[in-house]
Amino acid sequence: MSVLIDKFDVFAGGFWLTLQICVLAAVGALLLGAVLAVLRISPVPPLRAVGTGYVNVFRNMPLTVVMFFAAFGLPALGSNADFLRVPGLDAVFSRLDTDLPYFRFALIALVLYTAAFVCEALRSGVNAVPAGQAEAARSLGLTFGQNLRYVVLPQSWKASVVPLGSVIIAMIKNSALVGFFGVVGDLSQTADQLTSAEGYAFVPVAIGISIGYLIMTVPLGALLDRIEKRQAVAR
Amino acid sequence: MSQQSVLYDVPGPRQRRLTLIGSVVATVLLLAAAYFLVYRPLDDKGQFSMELWGPLIDPSNENFSLVWKRIGTGFQNTLTAAALAIVSSLVVGTLLAVLRIQLKSLTRRRFTGLATPLAYLLRGLNMLLSAVTRVCVEVFRGLPVVITIFFVARGFPEFGVSFDTLWYLVIGLTIYNSVVIAEILRSGMEGLPGGQAEAAAAIGLSPAQTTRMILLPQAFRIMLPALISQLVVVLKDTSLGFIISYEETLNIGKQIIGALDNPIQVYVVIAVMFILVNYSLSKLAQYVQRRLSRGRKTAGTPAQNPPPAALASQSESNGQGI
Repeated sequence: MSVLIDKFDVFAGGFWLTLQICVLAAVGALLLGAVLAVLRISPVPPLRAVGTGYVNVFRNMPLTVVMFFAAFGLPALGSNADFLRVPGLDAVFSRLDTDLPYFRFALIALVLYTAAFVCEALRSGVNAVPAGQAEAARSLGLTFGQNLRYVVLPQSWKASVVPLGSVIIAMIKNSALVGFFGVVGDLSQTADQLTSAEGYAFVPVAIGISIGYLIMTVPLGALLDRIEKRQAVAR
Repeated sequence: MSQQSVLYDVPGPRQRRLTLIGSVVATVLLLAAAYFLVYRPLDDKGQFSMELWGPLIDPSNENFSLVWKRIGTGFQNTLTAAALAIVSSLVVGTLLAVLRIQLKSLTRRRFTGLATPLAYLLRGLNMLLSAVTRVCVEVFRGLPVVITIFFVARGFPEFGVSFDTLWYLVIGLTIYNSVVIAEILRSGMEGLPGGQAEAAAAIGLSPAQTTRMILLPQAFRIMLPALISQLVVVLKDTSLGFIISYEETLNIGKQIIGALDNPIQVYVVIAVMFILVNYSLSKLAQYVQRRLSRGRKTAGTPAQNPPPAALASQSESNGQGI
């Protein structure tokens, strides 16, 4: 078990990098997913079609394929994903600024993939708002935009917190994949590095990595259970 | 699509005209964006040349049959792994769900007929087992499935057990998905009206019989859509086999790219294949869901829905594997 103590900085570094990816991807996916959700419920048919098409494509494609597209397709197109180097952000998330392989590509893949699920979670929240609410708003003469802004979205937000949380948990777990696409130093890559290249015993490394992921996923899951229970009571 | 009529009025002539104009503008903008952001860069890099696409779509190309034979093998391997993983995770998941329900009902039992120390021992044992299964579920549900597969492939040889890579993949997928399926079934059983189990107890069924004959079949029925979307997840997750170099579709794709150097084209083909299969599975899930809800209404029985929030969150999270 000494590897857990000797290499604690490696584990901690992996955890920190995974956490960075997760935070960035969560923010990106929430923004893109919200846009998609608005597209999917908008009155203009082509926009609806785009939203639906996007969700169907990305929900049915393995994340692995999305990652491959981002990691090998984008460079083939000559893109370095430079647009992710937002001036203020790269001061906080230093990896955005550097050109270590595939960090930004992996981020793009994770955002594109997760956004489809975020969109569906938000939409399920919209569906959960009783139809009478929107009808009442319409009968007061609110337009589509006002209806959405003042009546439906504030309520749907409440109903979509739990599904959104599940999506984020799934995303944290999915982020483990980036280590296998050459993002140096994330938790899953740490496991590979320590066991195969440096020849540490398998079990302690496995335990360390598992603890790293469980720290991120289990408390969030427990929190969601609690929110869900409270909502059930409120109903 | 039912909510759209709720969010805005049935359009009148003016609104219809506006929508039409908006549609045309949006279409033009989208097409322009697709042309300038996707088609042009691709074309500039010569990604539409027959040299790159030929082996995939031109039957007269020398590599065509070879490439598709390889892809066929890969897809077959993907389906084999998925089928094995689905069957084993359904079996293990069902057993786990039943076990957890049983343990939970046993922890409430006081064993009054037995001597005091023995009763305490049995209760303690039950609580311990219940806690152990709970921890297992939480741990395996919280671990990324990539990590599970990786650990299985790395760990088993470490302990002197080695199989074909197919089995590492199947075992890894089973560990993760059986836990998820167990939770789906358990929440299905706990969502059933309490009267079901009470009635079963009243006619003298044992807890095991109650679970097997009354609760489990209904839980399967209610949770069928969630189960089917979990199957989509398993199918998608088999693409992780490339990490332990199992020869599934994606891995074969990588080999083809190594030989022909056409990454974008091969990934497009593979993505389309996955999308078609998974999309039809999702449609099947929707169809089943519709049929089930209709069946329930026509039968005139009171709707036995599981708690809606639980079901929604379950199916949402389940839709998302890798």
